Amino acid sequence: MAPSAVSAPAIAPPDAWRIELFRREAKDDPDAASLLAATREFGITGLKSARCGRGFLLPPNLAADQVKKIVKELLFDPVLDELSIYPPKEAPAGNPGVHRILVARQSGVMDPVAVTVERVLRRTELVQAAEDGLLVTTFHAWELKGTLSEEELTTIARRILANDIIEDVAIDSEGLAYGLPPKAPDHGRVEVPLLELTDEALMKISQDGALSLNLIEMREIRAHYRQLKREPTSCELETVAQTWSEHCKHKTFAGTVELEDRSYKNLLKETIKYVTDTLNKDWCISVFHDNAGIIAFEGDWDVCVKVETHNHPSAIDPYGGAGTGIGGVIRDILGVGMGARPIANTDAFFVGPPDLDNADLPKGCMHPRRILRGVVAGVRDYGNRMGIPTVNGGVWYDEGYVANPLVYAGTVGLIPRWAATKSVAPGDKIVVVGGRTGRDGIHGATFSSVELHEESEMVSAAAVQIGDPITEKRVLDALLQARDAKLYRGITDCGAGGLSSAVGEMGEETGAIVDLDMVPLKYPGLTPEEIWISEAQERMVLAVPPADVDACLAMFASEDVEATVIGEFTDSKRLELTYHGESVCDISMAFLHDGTPKPTRQAKWEAPTAADPGVPACADTRGMILSLVGSPNSASKEWIVRQYDHEVQGMSVLKAHVGVNSDAPGNGAVLRPLENSYKGIAITCGANPRYGDLQPYRMAMAVIDEALRNSVAVGGDPAHTAILDNFSWGNCDKPHQLGALVMASEGCRDAALAFETPFISGKDSLNNEYRVGDKSIAIPPTLLISALAIVPDVRKAVSMDLKRPDNLVYLVGATRAELGGSEYFREKGLEGGIVPTPDLTVAPGLFRDLHQVMSTGLVAACHDLSEGGLAVAAAEMAFAGGYGLDVDLSRVPVLDAPADADFDATALFSESTTRFLVEVAPQNMQAFEAGLKNQSCALLGKVRSDDQLQVKSIKGSALANISLDELRSAHKGFFQG
Amino acid sequence: MPLPKALVLRTAGTNCDAETERALRLSGANASTLHLNRLLEEPQRLDEQEILVIAGGFSYGDDVAAGRVWGLELRHNLAEALKRYVERGGLALGVCNGFQVLVESGLFDSTGPDGQRDIALTNNESNHYECRWVTLRSEECACPWIEAGELMPTPVAHAEGRFVVKSDETLARLRKNRQIALTYVTPDGGKASYPANPNGAVADIAGICDPTGRVLGLMPHPERNLDPWNHPQWTRLSADRTQGEGLPFYERMVASAAAGVSV
Repeated sequence: MAPSAVSAPAIAPPDAWRIELFRREAKDDPDAASLLAATREFGITGLKSARCGRGFLLPPNLAADQVKKIVKELLFDPVLDELSIYPPKEAPAGNPGVHRILVARQSGVMDPVAVTVERVLRRTELVQAAEDGLLVTTFHAWELKGTLSEEELTTIARRILANDIIEDVAIDSEGLAYGLPPKAPDHGRVEVPLLELTDEALMKISQDGALSLNLIEMREIRAHYRQLKREPTSCELETVAQTWSEHCKHKTFAGTVELEDRSYKNLLKETIKYVTDTLNKDWCISVFHDNAGIIAFEGDWDVCVKVETHNHPSAIDPYGGAGTGIGGVIRDILGVGMGARPIANTDAFFVGPPDLDNADLPKGCMHPRRILRGVVAGVRDYGNRMGIPTVNGGVWYDEGYVANPLVYAGTVGLIPRWAATKSVAPGDKIVVVGGRTGRDGIHGATFSSVELHEESEMVSAAAVQIGDPITEKRVLDALLQARDAKLYRGITDCGAGGLSSAVGEMGEETGAIVDLDMVPLKYPGLTPEEIWISEAQERMVLAVPPADVDACLAMFASEDVEATVIGEFTDSKRLELTYHGESVCDISMAFLHDGTPKPTRQAKWEAPTAADPGVPACADTRGMILSLVGSPNSASKEWIVRQYDHEVQGMSVLKAHVGVNSDAPGNGAVLRPLENSYKGIAITCGANPRYGDLQPYRMAMAVIDEALRNSVAVGGDPAHTAILDNFSWGNCDKPHQLGALVMASEGCRDAALAFETPFISGKDSLNNEYRVGDKSIAIPPTLLISALAIVPDVRKAVSMDLKRPDNLVYLVGATRAELGGSEYFREKGLEGGIVPTPDLTVAPGLFRDLHQVMSTGLVAACHDLSEGGLAVAAAEMAFAGGYGLDVDLSRVPVLDAPADADFDATALFSESTTRFLVEVAPQNMQAFEAGLKNQSCALLGKVRSDDQLQVKSIKGSALANISLDELRSAHKGFFQG
Repeated sequence: MPLPKALVLRTAGTNCDAETERALRLSGANASTLHLNRLLEEPQRLDEQEILVIAGGFSYGDDVAAGRVWGLELRHNLAEALKRYVERGGLALGVCNGFQVLVESGLFDSTGPDGQRDIALTNNESNHYECRWVTLRSEECACPWIEAGELMPTPVAHAEGRFVVKSDETLARLRKNRQIALTYVTPDGGKASYPANPNGAVADIAGICDPTGRVLGLMPHPERNLDPWNHPQWTRLSADRTQGEGLPFYERMVASAAAGVSV
């Protein structure tokens, strides 16, 4: 078929030098191979071959030999590339039978490669510095051969090659945009008349302006300005909207809630924070009030941690959303206290099933495969470039996330004790450092506070942020030097709400005045509101004493980081903005921060009514074990882990994958952060949305237990462990969603108190619903618990792989018939049942005793029991170590099981919490048993010298004999990217 | 005898500078880390060094191609000082991104008959970033401090680490000049295929040196294996290991520089 113009009216070839570089050989062009694979997933079979070219547009005023020099010195690889250069306004002639698809970032969208090229051309004087208008644009040119319909071409272009929210696409047309983004109509002070408006008109202002303010809040604003006898300015209204957004203020979680006979004035304070206040651990250095929680580590050093969600942006643009998610949480660590050095990243994804039929995809949603690949690549490209190892994480699959994927990103930092606190004094200069401000990420904070819908990707394009990790790395490098030179007094990150939130928060107790004309912009033409609320990435805000300003700016300049004074902190207790010499905002900090109305919300909770299906026997234990080892939630995530740099900084002690082939899932990461100490940290997590669907109270307790037992299993000290809560919920304006949130919060409170494990930081994302027509789809109640534990001596850290034939294998912890939400029930299609929950009278002591025997070196391997229960844990330990294992189910202590529960199925597949499989050398048997004499501890069998996992029933018959190769290939048989 | 002076060079996106400096320090060098901008301000600082290491990372984000932009800066803005340094007999090491930079910088002196560079490091065959442990074998080569035949477990972490050559003649020349310094092998020293050769490099090449042997580059990261617990199977290995296998790599380079110093 001949190429045809299927795109919108073609724009002319750009007035710019156009360079296209294709690989000479197909093997050097792996993007083309990926495209071929991706088209097959979409059922497109006509594509025969493809090539991916990199394109650059250079200024038309450059001389031809200048362009050739730039190409030869910088763009062209003499070993690999085939080169074409087209003069301004000319374009490739095109070949019959070859379709060309051009993909370019829309003008104004961050293009890090173009920025790098512009910079190095100036630095190496390949272009004379005088040529100020140096503008470089990059694009990709795809050449496709085969028989493709227009519809197929469009699918390839828009659903595989490009994300048309941020990219321009041209199909069989050579037009490319070149030039700065069009100027928006600039304006000065704009007032928004609302004093006389009706409720309806108030809400129209909120909705039209994407402010996400509800009627009660809009009325409160109206009342405030009626008192002042003037109308608010547009900047003031935006500032209030950002500050009061659910994302920034956590109105629901920190609000008044009533559930049946319980009443909470502040749910967060009376459940999560209550634990921390009550335990009052002296090693908690800074909790909840700063960008991250800080706990004592070793000597003068502390460690800090923060986990964030970036759900809505990742649903719209998985790559950019996840990348800026990790970029944002790294800035939280850079901005905690006086700034910490990031030493580890974590991530957790909750997505729809990768084998979802295309036909079942709700309108406006991306396929889970595309989302997962995108978010993995986003974390990979941002985290790896930052030089921070991504060491721990998880992926959970559930149909509830098809329309609303969840992306959690966390960062751990190392911070000297003196730097744990910061302040701001009137007279300090407000300095913004890092990236420039553009029109990217407008209304991210308010966008994340509403539900998604079919047209979200259309209306919220501006909310998408594109990261530039190297700018953030420069900020990191310069910032820590400025910190150690004590060149600033206070710092925070620019995250949701941009400058409005950062300056508003820092100046809450003092007051602040900012001259918006001073803010460095990526391109001219932003309105004052856009400058003020833009969520352009890679920016931090400092409070710098006047005497240190010059030295501070010079420090940043020495690392090529832009740093600019944009205003100063005052003692007015007001937030004042000027633009073009005119006041555009003058609002009291008190109203901004404390003026949020606090309505009482009613919650409702009804337990699901599905009958308890009991514990039916398993007809094919062998098949079931293989299915569970390869089930989506248990299957290997190695394809993800291998793409993350988990070794940089050289601190690695236990990695995500362990065992003789480094292909078995470990319990958690262990790092040694300081070179003069053997002390380490363990980083682990726990989550289970299937439990959350059934019983949120029990789920919360179970996932706290899971995070802690993962930590104990690698050598973390349960008496020196801090946890973080990250709630992602449906719309909590709905009483039953709020009820589930209250139940989960109470579960957090009860479990954490019993374990004496303080929460030190957390975050919630409470509007994860997707509207198709009249129907709203909510995600399962999802609580991610992350744990940060001190490992007293990394040389005693324990991995989960079986070490030696004839060693003994114990089951520590008691088993109950708890299979509600279990993998066994999922395989059998059963609903209901009892969600596993820790026995809080036993669990804390068990963790303590096990940790004690592990610290004395008595344990050769340890693995926690979670999804899939004993069956999966035993299988994983065996193939990890390359040795078989005997498991005698008659030895499994099962408590409180109903008479009709099948014993073998319960023993093998129950997901009761607080349980471990522990390998012990025969010579350590007595000491080990003595150390656990107060706990349930049963010898199940021995490590075999062959490659067979052998399971014997309670009656002594052989239930399953499975080879390690079978287990391993089952484990690796699920979606691998 | 004075300690040999070693300089770790970094720029925007460098991220292995701290562990590289530590490796040099533990190996007995007087090591420091310097931003490229400082060296450009005072290129003569290079004249005081015996060892120069271009540390790994993502200089300038790998934009355009890994190592391309920094390599261009070295060619254009530091050419004289570097020439002086190498001719004086200084040792240069590039690890991972540093190797990519060295290839782009021209310091391997590898040009074909057309006068153009004829070696390159490019995308892994897997088409994505890979972080895993591999085994390196040191080869008989021009680099005086590489002892042939040793096996070294080392992590790799890169997206563009596949060593390629323009033609068979290039490879023959590298062999003839004894420039192939390190190759990927299986853990017991056998012929590697993926993933033992993690990127599909031609002739399993993991690292090369220049014809003088004073400039060495490699994709893997010996500085990430300095401590006994860095090895992925350390919990299965002998408790007698007191250091990671990457430390002797740096110790030999520093010792070689020290011998040069004493001369």
